[in-house]
Amino acid sequence: MRIATVQSLKVAAKKARSERESIKTEVLVCAGTGCLANGSLAVVESLERSICSRKLTAELKLGLKTTGCHGFCEKGPLVVIQPKGIFYKGVKPKDVKEIIEKTLISGEVIERLLYRDPNTKERIEEYTEIPFYSRQLRIALRNIGKIDPGSIDDYIAVGGYAGLATALTEMTPEEVIDSITKSGLRGRGGGGFPAGRKWKTCRNAPAETRYVLCNADEGDPGAFMDRSICEGDPHAVIEGMVIGAWAVGANSGSIYVREEYPLAVKHLQLAIDQAREKGFLGDDILGSGFSYDVHIARGGGAFVCGESSALMKSVAGEVGEPRAKYIHSVIRGLHDQPTVLNNVETWANVPWIINEGAEKFATLGTGKSTGTKAFSLVGKVKNTGLVEVPMGITLREIIFEIGGGIIGDRPFKAVQTGGPSGGCLPEDKLDLPVDFDTLTEAGSMMGSGGMIVMDDRTCMVDTARYFLEFLVDESCGKCIPCREGVHQLHCILEDICAGEGQPGDIEKIESLSDVIVSASLCALGKSAPNPILSTLRYFRNEYEAHINDGKCAAGVCRNLFSFEISEEACVGCGLCIKACPVDSILGEKKEVHRINGKTCTRCGACRNICAVDAIKVV
Amino acid sequence: MTKTCVDPKKARKILDRYPSGDGTSLIHALQDIQAEFGYVPCEAAELLCEHLSVPISKAFSAATFYKAFSLEPKGDVVIRVCTGTACHIRGAQTLVDELCSILNVAPGKTTKDLKFTLETVNCVGACAMAPVVSLNGEYHGNVQPGTMSKKIRGGK
Repeated sequence: MRIATVQSLKVAAKKARSERESIKTEVLVCAGTGCLANGSLAVVESLERSICSRKLTAELKLGLKTTGCHGFCEKGPLVVIQPKGIFYKGVKPKDVKEIIEKTLISGEVIERLLYRDPNTKERIEEYTEIPFYSRQLRIALRNIGKIDPGSIDDYIAVGGYAGLATALTEMTPEEVIDSITKSGLRGRGGGGFPAGRKWKTCRNAPAETRYVLCNADEGDPGAFMDRSICEGDPHAVIEGMVIGAWAVGANSGSIYVREEYPLAVKHLQLAIDQAREKGFLGDDILGSGFSYDVHIARGGGAFVCGESSALMKSVAGEVGEPRAKYIHSVIRGLHDQPTVLNNVETWANVPWIINEGAEKFATLGTGKSTGTKAFSLVGKVKNTGLVEVPMGITLREIIFEIGGGIIGDRPFKAVQTGGPSGGCLPEDKLDLPVDFDTLTEAGSMMGSGGMIVMDDRTCMVDTARYFLEFLVDESCGKCIPCREGVHQLHCILEDICAGEGQPGDIEKIESLSDVIVSASLCALGKSAPNPILSTLRYFRNEYEAHINDGKCAAGVCRNLFSFEISEEACVGCGLCIKACPVDSILGEKKEVHRINGKTCTRCGACRNICAVDAIKVV
Repeated sequence: MTKTCVDPKKARKILDRYPSGDGTSLIHALQDIQAEFGYVPCEAAELLCEHLSVPISKAFSAATFYKAFSLEPKGDVVIRVCTGTACHIRGAQTLVDELCSILNVAPGKTTKDLKFTLETVNCVGACAMAPVVSLNGEYHGNVQPGTMSKKIRGGK
């Protein structure tokens, strides 16, 4: 039913809240992509069946919900039981019976399903006390894991669309823009441009038609913040966009979603349909006379379409090639009209700022980087997952306190931020505060929020080669410095990794990078050399070892090392023999094993599985 | 573009969703064709371009620019190795090499018997389970060298 006025929204919110409150115990099962892949759907089905067949819903006032990503993907499937906040990890369908009988009926906690702190070895009952969660501050991710993303009533119950009501009835568009400006909100997609200034420019640009778009083409490999928001709290994005549209005076727009994210597309489409039905999208929103509607544009799987001008071409049904931006897209964007484009996380922050006040947002974080930032913490870190922290927190706190440190307690080597346009920072930069400007100064960038942790078994030359390969593939080919220059950089790196590097290669890389940075048309090209330049800045010795000594100490570049089993360390357990896909390891049980160097393909399966670290790189 | 037998009725049905002469619908229509046939057959693209009054070169340009389109038919099993950064540093390249040698195809290609297509994908966002391989959309996490090959061999 349509919610036509602010008053009826209040009534609807009250009703939805009281329905929520009537539920005494709520079972929340994570159905984010990570948990789904780990089999959370089977857990949900099993829970549903058991709860129905035993008629527990009425008896225990029980509610079962599938939610968006809880963030702690490493430990999925995750089940949270509210109001106590009991946190079960790695739940299998066979655990369901025990959860129902012990926890739901008798109120007991099942020890073995609790999270165990790897440092203190203690089991932790409530999720708010797990270090992974307790250090976080969630604004953009505020509702994810708490609400059913498929239910608009659930969103309204937690205060959804109240920000929109405030903006439409109590604020003028200028006041909304002032509020966003005061909050200091900067674009979370990578550029970090102040959102308030962008909106103001768009509003002041003379035009009949304006557009408000959302960039959900999260292309950085190793980043999945925006996907989780679209999947777990799609209404927050839509509400933010309608507020933005009111502020700049736009009546239509699109959400440009990556086609590799089918679940995000599904949840966004469902949310749009529900919002239209309730009247939060369409004509005369909440009786204000203001109209705005939004459509989904599916991306075609091109990284460059994350760039604003390319994205707008793609939305208009053309090939997504960027253009020179003498005139910015806020003045001349989609269909040559003034256009505001912000990414998913930026939009999700907007309703919170209107509800809680710009001042509150501005007090979080550091001077020029206010609020919080969501990161996907991945790579060689113990607690992989999605985290949101106040700006200004150090890299060390994120990686070692929230992330729990490096897998297998191996030595930390580098952390990569900013995706293919970013860079790698070494250990002595771990105490840098995470904000837009500090990371850029250090040679990396905030980017959209991918944070990839690397240990001593990651080769920095290979990492740079990897990003260049990605960019060669994704360069649209319009301008020569990017199309040819990045290709040449990649050729040089391929040679170095193959053991065919020449003295002088490093200097060649540096001068070529200089040209690419200065002469490329768009940000993809201009930032393409960053992965090389930052690794050269901090790990030049690795490049030199590859070229001059023909060595890859990390054991990644296969022509530049071989594996050997340390006689002192090997316990003869046979694990490596089993793991070797080419049967190149020989040895009797409890005797030292040996690797046949002639047939070994250096895939590293033995090194990954060895429990006593006996496989050495020579 | 590969010439194969395409049911013109199915193609027509897609074209009818878009007003004739409207070139801006090109990509949306191509997406529909890709979804219907699993790739963009030459005949369907020709019919589409005629319908929208755009040169066939434009369809070729769009279909080769965006990764979502394929100009060749796909195999029964589409194997996608995630080569996102997290998967890369946990050994995705080894898996790609291994699958290439088992199937005797390069990434992006399909075996001659049309049974397997090997693809790489930039990131599926399941970084916690890296390295990830998906078989017809079903995710397999923490894949070690040697284990995937057995699964493929089993299906072969």
